[in-house]
Amino acid sequence: MAAINRDDVAHLARLAHIEMSAEELDRMAVELAVIVDSVKSVSEAAGEDVPATSHPIPLTNVFREDVVGHTFTAEQALSGAPDAYENRFKVPAILDED
Amino acid sequence: MTELKNELIRHSAADLAAKLAAREVSAVEVTQAHLDRIADVDGQINAFLHVNTEEALAVAAEVDAARAAGGAAAEELHALAGVPIAVKDLIVTIGQPTTAGSKILEGWHSPYDATVIKKLRAAKMPILGKTNLDEFAMGSSTEHSAYGPTRNPWDLDRIPGGSGGGSAAAVAAFEAPLALGTDTGGSIRQPGAVTGTVGVKPTYGAVSRYGAIAMASSLDQIGPVSRTVLDSALLQEVIGGHDPFDSTSLTDPFDNLAAAARVGNVAGMKIGIIKELHGEGYQAGVENRFNESLQLLKDAGAEIVEVSCPNLKYALGAYYLIMPSEASSNLAKFDGVRYGLRALPQDGPMTIERVMGATRAAGFGDEVKRRIILGTYALSAGYYDAYYGSAQKVRTLIQRDFDAAFSNADVLISPTAPTTAFKLGEKANDPLAMYLNDVATIPANMAGIPGLSLPGGLADEDGLPVGVQLLAPARQDARLYRVGAVLESILEEKWGGPLLAQAPELKTPALGAASNSAGGSN
Repeated sequence: MAAINRDDVAHLARLAHIEMSAEELDRMAVELAVIVDSVKSVSEAAGEDVPATSHPIPLTNVFREDVVGHTFTAEQALSGAPDAYENRFKVPAILDED
Repeated sequence: MTELKNELIRHSAADLAAKLAAREVSAVEVTQAHLDRIADVDGQINAFLHVNTEEALAVAAEVDAARAAGGAAAEELHALAGVPIAVKDLIVTIGQPTTAGSKILEGWHSPYDATVIKKLRAAKMPILGKTNLDEFAMGSSTEHSAYGPTRNPWDLDRIPGGSGGGSAAAVAAFEAPLALGTDTGGSIRQPGAVTGTVGVKPTYGAVSRYGAIAMASSLDQIGPVSRTVLDSALLQEVIGGHDPFDSTSLTDPFDNLAAAARVGNVAGMKIGIIKELHGEGYQAGVENRFNESLQLLKDAGAEIVEVSCPNLKYALGAYYLIMPSEASSNLAKFDGVRYGLRALPQDGPMTIERVMGATRAAGFGDEVKRRIILGTYALSAGYYDAYYGSAQKVRTLIQRDFDAAFSNADVLISPTAPTTAFKLGEKANDPLAMYLNDVATIPANMAGIPGLSLPGGLADEDGLPVGVQLLAPARQDARLYRVGAVLESILEEKWGGPLLAQAPELKTPALGAASNSAGGSN
């Protein structure tokens, strides 16, 4: 399995929307390489025939009646928003152009 | 008055409930005594991020009024009505801020209550405040809190465990008789171990997770924190039960827990020592106290057997793939749009994408960033099968190991943590060393089974608390309380009282030593 390097961390940070300084990338790359190395053995632990477990106690068909339950008012939903305008979340430009 | 207050805060929740029911003491007196204790000692401990004075006293007054009125109003009161409780600040509450220990949620108020909070309110248990934690519950020491670390009441230079160090320290420092925690890889049990308190991770799905800010949804579990095994059983009965708002919530009844804690014998029970979870890598004092507990259980009539769970050697690695993978998805919602912090880029175009990058850079601490990057890596194309997929297979192997072990034993036993409390800062720059704290607690989360940690005594070499962990099959939480209460009672007989009676006295203004008063605001 490939080791993780500084370029990988920079790429992952972009995917995860976390701006990182050059110093932070240097440090993260070293720390994450150690962690990734320590979890390598996991890929060799189980054979092809072992099924995956996604939830420890699987439940199936968890349904509820199709009726309207509790809902927030617009005011409640916006109460923690950094910015709002006319009952909507207000955000900066969505597209990267003028 | 000081004498009386000191006595009140030292009672167990069960004793307080009995005194309240007998009207020997009022709920307002009990609640005020704990608020005074918080004001006296929390400047040293930093267990509380917010103190909920007014609401707690108002709820206590309601309980007193109902008791005074008698009749139906008094009859309908829950047995724990008026017994105050602290809540880990990962669990959302109306009327108090919820920070998750992160700058990204500083000052945020939830518009809804978690299901467990609704249940506390229905039982009229005054909520004293919100307790400190590692940011988004990611850590084993509370040093990753954006609001400063919590300190261990046994030694203020040492960590109280984590992530729920605030809840454990609050209970250990007699600031609250009860607290709520959350446990994803040991965040209730490991703080319990290092502070000499009791902590329980119930069966996955036994307590609703609705309103617990998610780290790893397939591992997270809310559970009780207390000073006695019976108190945790009583609290799990309050907060447990099926919840339609959590689709992983179980419909099984868990109503025999306090009764199990009162059974009082383990004769004929088979208790399995997990070969892989003690010995090498465990501090000598931890191992000694653990062996002593085994002997005491044997003397009490339990049969001790050895079991092997060979795949546990992969548990830590698999956990550090599954947990960050789920965390990286769960934390994507903190983007500076709907709630919490919004930070703007220093220069360049002001697009939402760049605002997200700046917000998450400013709002998240290092450990959260590490786990998000690690999770993003484990889930990325080309690595998914090798990492996340393999880790999920390991979960199956761990479950099979436990199934086999439980065919030979009613409960399993191990030390809760490999060491006693370490010094603040000791492992701050070594993430991997920090992760090893949870080597004995993680397997229960991976398998979904319940686990309980109780005090096993003090390590000879440093005089600090050691935790003993009990594990039971899924849905058999009652067994933990039965065995735990018996072991607790034998140990307390040996010690001549609770372990916390041996903890050093904290300085309080009443004792004439100057200290910071007032922990948090109200």
